[in-house]
Amino acid sequence: MIRSVAIWAGLGIATLVPIAIAATSPLLQWREPVYIIAGFAGVIALANLLLQPLLAMGVLPGLSAQQTRRTHRILGALLVAAIVVHVGGLWITSPPDVIDALTFTSPTPFSAWGVIAMWAAFSAAALALIRKRLKIRPTLWRIGHTILVSIIAIGTIIHAILIDGTMGITSKLALCALVALALGLAIRTLRPWAGLKRRSTTQN
Amino acid sequence: MTNPTRRTVIATGAATALTATGGLITPARAQGLAPTPTMRGGSNNYRPDAPIVDKIGGGGFWMSGTVRRAGDGTPLEGIRIQIWAHTTEGHERDWHSHGATLTDASGVFRLEMPQIVPAFGQAHGHLAYDSGDFETVFLRPVMPSPNDTSLTADFVLQPA
Repeated sequence: MIRSVAIWAGLGIATLVPIAIAATSPLLQWREPVYIIAGFAGVIALANLLLQPLLAMGVLPGLSAQQTRRTHRILGALLVAAIVVHVGGLWITSPPDVIDALTFTSPTPFSAWGVIAMWAAFSAAALALIRKRLKIRPTLWRIGHTILVSIIAIGTIIHAILIDGTMGITSKLALCALVALALGLAIRTLRPWAGLKRRSTTQN
Repeated sequence: MTNPTRRTVIATGAATALTATGGLITPARAQGLAPTPTMRGGSNNYRPDAPIVDKIGGGGFWMSGTVRRAGDGTPLEGIRIQIWAHTTEGHERDWHSHGATLTDASGVFRLEMPQIVPAFGQAHGHLAYDSGDFETVFLRPVMPSPNDTSLTADFVLQPA
């Protein structure tokens, strides 16, 4: 009980403190609402990336296996929605800057990382939607999903760190480190390639 | 308006590179100063023909630089430079974020404007030379620190 309270409290702090710091950023006073919303969608998407690997591992207390899977799917859909709001809001704020980013012709290196992460997220979501119809081996699915989510996490972390935005530097680095840690832990624990090895061993 | 599109910029760049490697413009290079190329994203949110002003908005931040002629480096007087940025007083697209100034006899321009603040990930300014006598150039200098209260950008213009 104490352990589960501690885990949820820790997660709450890890995700909500950076959002709260962003909410008090002095930059907000010089931005229009649509730009502010776009920025927050980005911060929320980053926080989302901390929860997803933990849900994949099934280590969040108080959730049944089925609830864990459902939450993972819902948060995946929310991630896509957050990206759409982020890019859409930036587009409304400054169309040429977003066109440069989407066409990989931006002068700012971080935008390319964000766009790469965006396409990886869209791909992961699209593959999840057609997973049943794909009829591929679960191992292949897991490897594919792991590669895509790794691109999402790494791309997003680089994108976030290079940006001078509303998040505090310390809270941003801390949240990015936690996202990387959670991803690494999930890959190490779930060993998505395990099925491959087992199969090749039985074949030998 | 004859803003250079990305295509024309790339085409001009490629053509220059080809002629340069072919040795065709070696005399010009030997003579000195190469023209400043337009920067990526430099023309973003450009609103042509902003008025020449003493100061953009309330001021407090200084944008300055020099304008010289390509080749011999002669300072150019009376050259119109337009400046805009995301500042404490408005977005890049806002009309009141734009203003223009003219270079003095030594080719120097200097315009006071509101403090530039980070937007789209970097604190940066935009400058344009777009008056026709020389080839159009758009610059997008980035501030080393968002706390800086000045920024410089220099133009070397190629006669059109």
